[in-house]
This record gives sequence, C-alpha cells and structure tokens, in this order.
Amino acid sequence: MSALDLFSLAALTVGAGFFVAGTVGLLRFPDLHTRLHALTKADNLGLGFVVLGVMPHLGGLLPALKVVGVWVLAMLAAGTAAQLVARAALPRRPPPEEG
Amino acid sequence: MTSGVGSVAGLAFDLALGGLLLATALAAVAGRNLFGGVVAFVVYGLLASLAWVRLGAIDVALAEAAIGAGLTGVLLVGAVARLARIGAVEPAPTAPVGKALAALGAVGVAGAIALAVLALPEGRPGLGPEVARNLEASGVENPVTAVLIVFRGYDTLIESIVLLAALVGVWAASLERDWGGLPGLRQHARPGGVMATFARLVPSIGIVVGIYVVHAGAYAPGGAFQGGTILAAVYLLAAMAGLVEPPAVSRLPVRLALALGPAVFLGLGVVGALGGTFLAFPEAVAGTLVLVVETALTVSIAATLALLVLGPPARPSPGGAP
Amino acid sequence: MSPDLAPHATIYALVGAALVGLGLYGLVARRHPLRRLVGFNIMGSGLFIVFGAAGMGPLGPDPVPQALIITGIVVAFSATALITALAGRYAALTGRAGLPEETPPPEGGAAGRPEAS
Repeated sequence: MSALDLFSLAALTVGAGFFVAGTVGLLRFPDLHTRLHALTKADNLGLGFVVLGVMPHLGGLLPALKVVGVWVLAMLAAGTAAQLVARAALPRRPPPEEG
Repeated sequence: MTSGVGSVAGLAFDLALGGLLLATALAAVAGRNLFGGVVAFVVYGLLASLAWVRLGAIDVALAEAAIGAGLTGVLLVGAVARLARIGAVEPAPTAPVGKALAALGAVGVAGAIALAVLALPEGRPGLGPEVARNLEASGVENPVTAVLIVFRGYDTLIESIVLLAALVGVWAASLERDWGGLPGLRQHARPGGVMATFARLVPSIGIVVGIYVVHAGAYAPGGAFQGGTILAAVYLLAAMAGLVEPPAVSRLPVRLALALGPAVFLGLGVVGALGGTFLAFPEAVAGTLVLVVETALTVSIAATLALLVLGPPARPSPGGAP
Repeated sequence: MSPDLAPHATIYALVGAALVGLGLYGLVARRHPLRRLVGFNIMGSGLFIVFGAAGMGPLGPDPVPQALIITGIVVAFSATALITALAGRYAALTGRAGLPEETPPPEGGAAGRPEAS
C-alpha cells in the first residue's frame, strides 16, 4: 500500500465520518432548521473529503479538476436549496406541502 | 472486479444498492404522505442511475438521472403543490381486501419476471457483436448513439414525434381562453435572492455542459437526449427564478424550435429513401449527418421537455388572440 | 441461477423484478393519481433494469437495449407530463384529486364542463 493509498483511505474515512454525522443529525435533531444545518454542512464537507480521497486515482489533472468542479457545483446547489427550504419553512412552523 | 477482494466489495455494494432501491421504491409507493412519496421517488431515481453505472450503461445512467429523477421530480413536486393549492379532495383509500388482492397480483408478476430472469438461456451473444461489426459504417464511435440515430433511427424519429404529441396533449388541458397563451403560472422569486443569484450563476456552466454532452455523444456516453435535458433544466431554472418569462406557446419561434428536430430527421430520412432506403445515411457522410440530426434533435428535445414541465398555458397571450 | 449473467447483473435483474411488483402495487392499490403516477414510473424503471441487466453479455452491456431504454425513459416522462396536466385540470374543474367512485348522474349534459377554473 503506497502513501497515496493511505492518504486516500484516510480522506475517504473522514469523509464517510462526516456523512454519518450529517445523517445522525438529520435523524436526531428536533426541527427543520437544525436538521438542514447538519445535512448541508456535514455532507458538503464529507463530499469534499471523498473528492480529495478519489483525486489521486483518476489518472490525470483534468479528471481530478472535473471532480473538484462537481464538488463546487454540489456545494452551490446544496447551499441554495438549503436557503430556499429554510425560507419556505419560516412563516409557518410545520414544513409545507402536507398531504 | 479485478481482484477477489474487489469483487466481494463490489458484490456487497450491489446488494446494498439493491436494498436501497427497494426501500426507496416502497417508501414512494406505500408511504402515507404524498409529498414524502414524491421525494422518495426522486431519491429512487438517483439510486437507479447509480445502478446503471454499475451495469456499465453510462448513457442510460445520464438519462435516468436527468429525466427519470430530475425532470419527473420537478413535474411531480409541482403537481403536488398545485393540488394542495387547489385544496383538492383526496380519494378514499382502497379497501384492505383490494390492497391484499393488489399485493398478491404484484407478487405474482414480480415472481414470474424473476423466474424468467433466472431461466435465461446460456450463451446469448446479444446484439452487441453485431453493432460492433457495423459501428464503422455508422460514422460515430459510441455504439448507443449509433443504435439510436443510425441503426434504429425509426424508434428515435417516432419517439421525437411522441414527445410532440404529448406536448399537444398537455396544451389541450388548458382553458379555451388560455389556448396558445403563456405556459405555467407566474413565478414569484425575490429579484436579489439566493434563487435568482443561483439561476444567474449556473446557466453559463449548464449551457457549456449541455452542448458538450450532446457533442460527446458521438464518441463517449452522452447525446441529444441527455444534453437536451440539461439545456431544458437550465431554462427551467431561469424561468423558476423569474429571470425569463416563457413565451406564448403559439409564437412562431417556439413552434419552429419544437418542429426542427423531427423535421430534419424526417427530411434526411426522405432523402435517404430517394437514394434507396428510408433513414439510410451514406457511409461517407454518416458522421456529419448524425451530428446534424443530433443538433436539430437537441433543440427540439430541450424546447419540448421544458414546455412539458411548464405545463398547459395558464394565462392568455399578452398580444391578444394568437 | 443463470451462469451466463455476471453475478451483479443477476442481482439487479432480480431487484428490477421486485421493483415491477412494487410499482404495480402502487398503480393498482393506491387511489391518488400522483401516487399512481409514481407507481407507474417505478414499474417502468424496474422493467428497464430487468431489460438492461438481462442484456449484460460477456462483452459488457448490449448497446441495443440501452438505446431502447433511453427511448423508454423519455416516453415515460412524456406520459407522466400528460397525466400530470390532466390530473391538474381535473382537480381545478371538480375540486377532486382523483376520479370519483361512481359516475355522477348527468345534469342536462353540461355538468361535466364548467367554464371557470
């Protein structure tokens, strides 16, 4: 196992840890806004570490940059979606669209 | 899949993904809350696209993620919101006896298909070798694109016309006064809000990616359907953020964009018919013709998909009678 | 077990068969039109997975089923859009999210098409 493999293993483990933390937060936190907070922050960070761990194994700079681009776009979309959901939930406490 | 450890890990992944597919499908079908069911369906679609990656069908994975999960999800979420706004009365649930009978029938059908899968004969070569043998003549390197546009062009031509027919059907669900008018309800988004900022930022990337995916379809996974869906999604994003106002569906440019793909495809087919065979491309120029057809199809697919999601015209045309 | 299918293709083909069953159940047993639409889509998707996985040969995925499945995904989407539009219009006209249990008696022939939405 080379140093790069060890690095990937560490990064992927940390990333998976963040995903687990985000999921636990989603399931355990009491209301929508705290859940959203757990999900968006932890998962964006987790995805970042997964990307970091995968990058050395893609065989080139261009594929590695593409994966970073995926991460940036996913963060942008997740951040925007979280804002919109949080705003939609503000006036009335229970989440919209019952039924 | 190369080493023993890798294949065991791969098998574990496949079993986990299969379990998740079944769990999300169950939540989408049998859950109590309709909105929750729709969300479960979107999650299901994304997982299904992962399953396609595992099966090596990247073209299908792209289509499933973009159309199956993405556009269908937007459509269903919008429909749930519309019915909630109307305050539509929900139908009474099926009686337990009916549910039990339905479950029995469903188990029977699933069991029969599973038995058929297990009884598949050995050594089926499939059509893969046949496609590979003729790939040179198609003018493209991606076998799926070759099948879609060249070898089974009939299917794709008729499919593009099915899309148009569905769009006419959707428009027909409008009120008489709105016929040919502006599709969908007016969108309310704060001009400086996050949604508007996101919708200003993403299209520049989305348009490049969409065109790239169409062009890449000649030699790599991608093509008119996947790229056209990305372009439609970019337009829908801008429309939902209130940045662009969808035009009245009776406008000439709209109609031209909708008809361009099927018309070009059909036209080239007729030219081929004059030379002997309907939809036959001469080998020397096949690559160019595939690109022409794909480009025209992309325009029409993007326009049709976007208008299908926007829904029936809901406001009369501002210019008066269409 | 068919020895010709790679093990993972067999897994997905069997999962696809179960998905067809789940979708069919939703289509038949649920009453809300949008729920039925979700069931219809899952049934179609399950069938695509069976088809695609069964097309996995020793040389990898068969391009012909792949092309047919892409066509199928697009056609399923257009059917979904059409049914969504019809369900929305029906709800706007009648205030109901699904067809009634029995046909209402006709009232002078015009009861079925009120003008306002």
